[in-house]
Amino acid sequence: MHQDEAHAHAGHHDHGPTAKDHDDRLTYYRAMEIALRELLIEKRIFSADDVRRAVEAMDSRTPENGARLAARAWVDPEFKKRLLADGSAAAREMGFKVGELKLMVIENTPKVHNLVVCTLCSCYPRMLIGLPPAWYKSPAYRSRMVREPRAVLREFGTHIPDDVEVRVHDSTADLRYLILPMRPKGTEGWSEEQLVPLISRDSLIGVAVPKFEGPS
Amino acid sequence: MTADQVQKLRVGDRVTVRCMFPVGHIRTPRYIMGRTGRISHHVGEFPNPEELAYGRSGLPAKTLFRVHFNQTDLWPDYRGAPGDTLEIELYEHWLMPSAEGEAGGKSA
Repeated sequence: MHQDEAHAHAGHHDHGPTAKDHDDRLTYYRAMEIALRELLIEKRIFSADDVRRAVEAMDSRTPENGARLAARAWVDPEFKKRLLADGSAAAREMGFKVGELKLMVIENTPKVHNLVVCTLCSCYPRMLIGLPPAWYKSPAYRSRMVREPRAVLREFGTHIPDDVEVRVHDSTADLRYLILPMRPKGTEGWSEEQLVPLISRDSLIGVAVPKFEGPS
Repeated sequence: MTADQVQKLRVGDRVTVRCMFPVGHIRTPRYIMGRTGRISHHVGEFPNPEELAYGRSGLPAKTLFRVHFNQTDLWPDYRGAPGDTLEIELYEHWLMPSAEGEAGGKSA
């Protein structure tokens, strides 16, 4: 995140010894958010601690939650059916508090590689796996992923053969998407716990695929 | 209201995305307007987000579909594989039955 912002701002900032030590700007909408929040706290609609706790709860959601769903689906075919039929219900079944999230889980197969983008903003299954990476919100990813998905995948180091369909899911409205990656060869007989670390955030977005490099 | 607005759309129907440029919040990106695809899923009924954005009720609820497109129908110069596709959520009021049959591509 910090690195991305450094790149985004390259050439516009004074990095000399007199540069102010800040990494942020008080934008129009940020000023509006602060004003509204302070008013609501003053009127006792909620407290500053409520806000802090909500932020803390959001930050405690990590991609590992998604990896746990995927690993369970890999070892339990009945769970996989339920996960693909109703992602939110399957997540609740595993104890995740996903609120109003409408989770759509899409399965990768030997014939179809799926990936997710939100061209209009940055829709992402936050209530399950937390905040999206900075690149997911970038105009470059959002515009290029629908236009030249294979080129973008190659930049992520992901090469999908031409005889495999690349299917882009543009998350424009009420659903939030999670990709169920294919289980890598060589992991037969592994336990759910052993499989979880193979499943990265990026493989749940569909810009990467889980790999097993061989016996460790 | 025109005839095609009251006609119920169903999974499997070929549909063309309307070209509309209303002022305000919409959930239909420009690149998909005027393109023809096939309804792949009926997602459900939801309060209209284009109304919710302004603090209104969004009712009556609108039907949300997922619609499947061939990439070569979206981008004439698409350089991926010919079988590549895209799926996108679109509300019923953005869709009209396609007059193009199986051809796909951009409508007038």
